[in-house]
Order: sequence, then structure tokens, then C-alpha cells
Amino acid sequence: MSKLYDLLMQDYRIREGLNACINCGTCTAICPAAEFYRYDPRQIVNIVQSQDEAAIEELLKSETIWYCGECMSCVTRCPRKNAPGLIIMALRSLSIDLGYFIESEKGRQQYVLCKDLCGNILDYGYCVYPRNFDSAGHPEAGPVWAWEEKHLDEVFERLGGNLDGDGPGACRRIPQEDLDQIQRIFDETGGTARLETVRKAAEKKAAELGLSVEEFAEKVNTTCSPFHFNH
Amino acid sequence: MIYEGKQRIWSDYQKEIPDDHYFYVRSCIRQAFFTGSEVAFLDITRNRLGKDIFESEHHTTCGGIAYHSDTIPHETVMTIVARQFALMHKYGYENYVCSCITSFGVYAETLETWREFPELQAKIAEILMKTCRLEFAKPKYIVHASDLIFKFRYQIAARAVHKLVNVRTGKPLKVVEHIGCHYSKMFPSKGVGGAEYPYVLAGMVEAWGGEVVDYPERRHCCGFGFRQYFVQANRGYSLSNTHKKFESMEPYHPDCIVTNCPGCPYFLDRWQYVIAEQTGKTYGGDGRGIPVLTYEEMAGLVMGYDPWDLGLQTHQTPVESLLDKMGIVYDEKSKYLGKGGKDLGQPAHPSCLKI
Ligand code: SF4
Ligand code: SF4
Repeated sequence: MSKLYDLLMQDYRIREGLNACINCGTCTAICPAAEFYRYDPRQIVNIVQSQDEAAIEELLKSETIWYCGECMSCVTRCPRKNAPGLIIMALRSLSIDLGYFIESEKGRQQYVLCKDLCGNILDYGYCVYPRNFDSAGHPEAGPVWAWEEKHLDEVFERLGGNLDGDGPGACRRIPQEDLDQIQRIFDETGGTARLETVRKAAEKKAAELGLSVEEFAEKVNTTCSPFHFNH
Repeated sequence: MIYEGKQRIWSDYQKEIPDDHYFYVRSCIRQAFFTGSEVAFLDITRNRLGKDIFESEHHTTCGGIAYHSDTIPHETVMTIVARQFALMHKYGYENYVCSCITSFGVYAETLETWREFPELQAKIAEILMKTCRLEFAKPKYIVHASDLIFKFRYQIAARAVHKLVNVRTGKPLKVVEHIGCHYSKMFPSKGVGGAEYPYVLAGMVEAWGGEVVDYPERRHCCGFGFRQYFVQANRGYSLSNTHKKFESMEPYHPDCIVTNCPGCPYFLDRWQYVIAEQTGKTYGGDGRGIPVLTYEEMAGLVMGYDPWDLGLQTHQTPVESLLDKMGIVYDEKSKYLGKGGKDLGQPAHPSCLKI
């Protein structure tokens, strides 16, 4: 029996998302990630169901589990009612909890994601907060966003939003008492612990690489090795 | 016989959408980037159709984007979801309408998990009480905001000032409809028409005079992919998926695209700009690209709202080609003005995509 498999089975998403896989490959055929990256969800489901400790450990440390876009297109199509996308989510969670995520280029990106997305949630109550969506970091947002960024308050006012305002409305300031509740939810449910795990692993890795955490974040956010791709 | 069979299949995918009295929750991405769409949703449902749609300032993100970027544990997102539901209950509502498709998927997934594992539901209820002093409750009905506009599509058609018809040729406009993956791919029974015959947007297009374009990659993901966009190094994933869709729809010459997800309209709009800048290729025929709308923007245009009140000036791919086809008269000079005509300057012009 595999210890890692047992840990995975504690995740409700695996209990919901893994039945006997018949290796038909339908999930891979429909998967947008499989077309772009060297990625095969069928193989991932097969490895998990094999309960092979070494193979699961290798998977948890690999680039592979970070390629999925969690679109859940595979869920509709699997004839066995498997959910490869949910299995991936369970693998990623375990990879983070065990600190394995830091071993791969794509896994390390969790540092930037945690910092940005959870930072927004805890500070503002939103996953995405417009004042933190800078056009320098998002050139694809185009000149129209560069213009909007410069006139954010006026554009919100023009469109009837309530940017940082009191009461309801688009991008309102969420009251502190509510943000405190979200913080307590994070503390109680392992959200804060996960952020700590990721932060500590990133700081250690940055030191190993001789980088400051800021340099590490920049490197992680922009490095893309060619070996990930299918073409 | 065949027709009856199809009717029967279709009836499996009908969902009950209550007529009135909803607790409304916003979408992080849509309120930030499609502010005018959420404003229009509330104006159409509350003021034009007289519905009771209640919003509390105390609701927050559902945590969905962070969850699907694997930055928060399963129990964290479930408790945030429980908190949103508890607020609904506290304010005396049992119908829940959300603006976000990622949220809609998270709610469907959470309710299904709680149904399957009642001990987990009990645990989350306990954590909710401990952390927020709120009473656990579940909605009687959950719908997406596009479900409501779909439900009211004929009432909107009855108030139409413009139709999805080319005023010069009299022919229906060709509309690509793009449905967010998390609307019905995971739990088909939760969406109008399920995953096989999703009809939520097609129903609006048909009711308002347009024609739906069927093309090979119609159901392909826009490529958001959460971490595949938020991390700069991964954005090629997002771009390639959108590119694949545009290449597939190009031969059908769509007049516009309508979407019901937060990310999709942003990506289908912005990646057109990037493709044009990188390769010189545009998909609109006249160097202007294919306009991409949210369903509220489409409903708003049909009902005669000013395009700049809807926020169409904040799109990178220009919408004027569509406005001209629909016979909508608009003031070019007021496009980028602030409230009360305040001069805010103008965005720079892209080098390839014409605006
Ligand atoms: S959820 Fe992941 S594995 Fe499934 S189709 Fe989408 S990208 Fe592929
Ligand atoms: S579609 Fe389902 S049964 Fe087929 S390979 Fe994928 S997970 Fe296995």
C-alpha cells in the first residue's frame, strides 16, 4: 500500500473524482492543456490508481501536475465519471503540503499566485482587485487598460461602480469586520498554514539560488523553459 | 419520432429558475473589468422588470479563482461559500444569483460534496459558526445571472429598441456564443441545456433576432486556466486556446461574440489585440476584429442603452462595427468622457488592430 495514495484518498475531491479508469484517453483527447503542454491526464489518473508510491512521489514533484487549466472539460466526457481535473487539484494540494511543489519550475509559481491572489482576498475581499492589476505586468490588457488604469476612479464613476466606496456596488470597500471573518476562516481551515508553507519553501529556495525573495518572485513569474511544450 | 426523442432529451436539461426574490453576489473579475455589465444587470432586472434583487456590501469573493489556482485548501473555499449562503439566509432570501461562472461552478461542486459527505457539511457549519458567528444555510435555488436574463429574454425582446439584425441587409446577425466551462461541463444538470445542448446564450440570441454560429471549436475553453493566465510565464497557454477558437470560427464570419463568463470576454477581446499586434492578423474582416460582448451588454444594446453607459469603450477590440450593423446611433466624441463630460484623454491606438 502507498502512504501517498492513502493521503490522497483523504481528499474529498479524489473520493468524488476517481473510479476505475479504463485508460480510454478520452480526457486527453478533449484536454486543452494536453494540446499545448507535454501533458496526458489519462496517464495521471492511471498513476494514481496504480497506488505505486514511487510513481506518485515522482508525479508530486513533477512539472506535469501544474499544466492543467482546471477547465473541467474532461469531467463531461469521461465514460467512467472520473474527474481528472479534480484529481489534479488533490495532487497539487498534497504537493504543496509536502513541500514538493518547490522542486519544479511550474510548481514554484505557487509562490506568486499565493502572494497575489490571497493577498487580494485578505486585504480587500476580492481575488482580483483593479488597483493591483497593473498594465506594466499585463501588457496584453492593451492601451485601453493603460488609459483606464490612469483614470480608474473616473471610469468607475462614469460606469456606476463604487470603487473603494461604502455600501454595496462594484468594487466597493468591503467592511473590516467581514475581512476579519475571512482571515479567521483562513486561520481555521488551513488557508493561513498553506500560505506559510509556500512562503517558507520559497524563501529557502530563493536562498539556495542566491536570490532575494523579490528576485525569486520575478524569476518564477517570468521563466518559461522550452521543454514544457508539445510543439 | 426523432423530434420527440430530442424533445425528451432536451426536457432532461431544463432547470428551474425562480421568477423573483434573489440574493445577488458579484464576480471579482466582472465588477473590476465589466463594471457596466453588472450595473446593467441590476438596472434591467430591478428597474425595467421590477424584480427584487438584493445585494449586501458584506459579501466577498467566493474564493473560486484562488481555489482553482490551488492557493487555498478545499475547506477554506467551502467555508467562504458557506459564509455567502449564510448571508443570504440572514437577509431572508432563499434564491441565490451569482454574476460569476467560476463561483457558479464552485457552488455546484460544494453543494454536491456536502450532499455526498454530510459529515463534511456538519464540520463546515461548525467552522462557520466559530469564525463568523453565522448560521449555516443552503439556498433553495442557485442560478447564474445569465440564467435570469435567459428566463426574461422574451420580456426583453418585447422592450427591444434594436434587434440582432443587420439593418442594411435585413438579415439576422451571426453570433458566436461562448459559455464558460464551469457553467455546465462539471454538473450538466445545473445549466440550461446541460453540457451537450447549452442554450442559455443561444436562447437570448434567437429571441432577439440573431442567428447562432455553430463552429468546430464552439465548446473549447477560452484558455483562462487560472494559473495559466495569472503567471506571466504561462500566458501562452491562454493565448493559444483563444487563437484556436478564432481560427475555427473565422470561416463563418461572425458579427459578434457573446459570453457569460468573467474571463472569456476579457480573453476573447484582449487576445485578438495581441494576435493582431504579433502577427498582423485580425478576424473582423475590416482590420477591426470581432466585437466581444457580455450577455448584459448584448441585452443592453437591444434595449437601447447607450453603449458607453454599458462600458463598451473599455473593450480593446472596438464594437462600432456591430453598433453600425444594428443601426445604433452613438456619439463618437463622448466615448472616453468621464461623468458629466469630464475629459479623460484617450487611450493610445494599437499599431495593428484598428479602433
Ligand atoms: S481540467 Fe485539466 S485535465 Fe481536465 S480537460 Fe481541463 S486542462 Fe485538461
Ligand atoms: S476519460 Fe476517464 S476512463 Fe478514460 S482515460 Fe480519462 S479518466 Fe480514464
